[in-house]
Amino acid sequence: MIKSRLFSSDSRLSDLITAHPSLLSLLSRLGVSLGFGDRSIADVCEDSGVDTAFFLLICNVYTFNNYVPSTAAILGTEMTGLVPYLEKSHKYYVEKRLPHIECHLDAIAQKLNGRIGKVFISFFKEYKEEVETHFMHEERDVFPHIRGLMAGKRDATYSIGEFIDTHSDIEGKLDDLLNIVFKYLPPQVDDDNVLDVVDDILRLSEDLKKHTFIEEKIMVPLVKHLENAILKK
Amino acid sequence: MKQRLLIVEPSELIIEGLKSILDGQIRFKVLEPEMGADQLDERLAATRPDIVLINPTLIGNVSRLRGEHPMAVVALVYQYVEREVLKHYDAVVDIRDSRAVIIETLAQALPGDTEAGKSNYELTKRETAVLVELAQGKTNKEIADALNVSVHTVISHRKNISHKTGIKSVAGLTVYAMLNNLIDESALL
Repeated sequence: MIKSRLFSSDSRLSDLITAHPSLLSLLSRLGVSLGFGDRSIADVCEDSGVDTAFFLLICNVYTFNNYVPSTAAILGTEMTGLVPYLEKSHKYYVEKRLPHIECHLDAIAQKLNGRIGKVFISFFKEYKEEVETHFMHEERDVFPHIRGLMAGKRDATYSIGEFIDTHSDIEGKLDDLLNIVFKYLPPQVDDDNVLDVVDDILRLSEDLKKHTFIEEKIMVPLVKHLENAILKK
Repeated sequence: MKQRLLIVEPSELIIEGLKSILDGQIRFKVLEPEMGADQLDERLAATRPDIVLINPTLIGNVSRLRGEHPMAVVALVYQYVEREVLKHYDAVVDIRDSRAVIIETLAQALPGDTEAGKSNYELTKRETAVLVELAQGKTNKEIADALNVSVHTVISHRKNISHKTGIKSVAGLTVYAMLNNLIDESALL
């Protein structure tokens, strides 16, 4: 039922972006540059060296909240782009989104009474470190494991089960921050920084939810399948 | 929405009678009754009833309970109770009252909608006390000992605090406590 509404490869990429502008921030992470004119998704992907089915899978997951791709759909899609995509996303969050938010929070903290400002900003700094550690763990253990499996090698020291057991959510504290910023900051800091940072936090929070979703509902089933396939050999 | 009613009363006969009177009332949902007041704090923190119908002989100080749990408190009497004691209750139900009078008394005792909405989102004194301890980095067990309640009660309070503020992490709650001047720097480790 939902399938009919999902994007297809012969839609114009520009139509997809016009309908869902938030997808714009995904393009560079998926390896597609701007300036695609009126070409179809399939054409743009081909020119950019991106697998069209994979591109559509990610865009559809980001756009439709109820869309959970079936294992068959995941296994039927060329997935070599997954790890590079996840890595680029990490980089995007750590190097672009979080510093952006921090910049606004710094400006807000200046307006708060010294020690409250300090506690406020250190709350965010701790969160940022948690996110970085979380990503680092995935980049150090999980991604090389997947690359190995895709190359037909099985590293006996790691299995995706460990990831499933330890994967924690990284959006929770962002919701805390959101509540603090728009509900509990004193009225004297009511300025553009607060509004901007609320927008930024909401955007990042949504993005991270989808990121977690992709890891848990696409990456995990894929890796389980690859692990089993190699065991059977 | 149905108002959640907790009966606190030692007599099974009275409890069953009340349940049969309130059964089918669209305004009330009768919670599993408490036969004594020993576990009352825990029960209130866990179930957060809108209205409590309690036998005054079971508890000494009803004012303390009200400070900690936002709810209407109605006395259930079947013998003479001093006026001094009853003045701390929102209403009095006498077991000799008729069915209609009992229902009406309970309905009247309920806080108005706006007031209920307001008080439901304000932290109670007890929740604030838990929050202050929490912001100082104490564990649930340490907080339970400091406030002389069970760990279970502390957890219930924490759930309510997070539900009301929208903040779940201890670090976030610490910022909240500071912004609301509930703690100062000297209280932080």
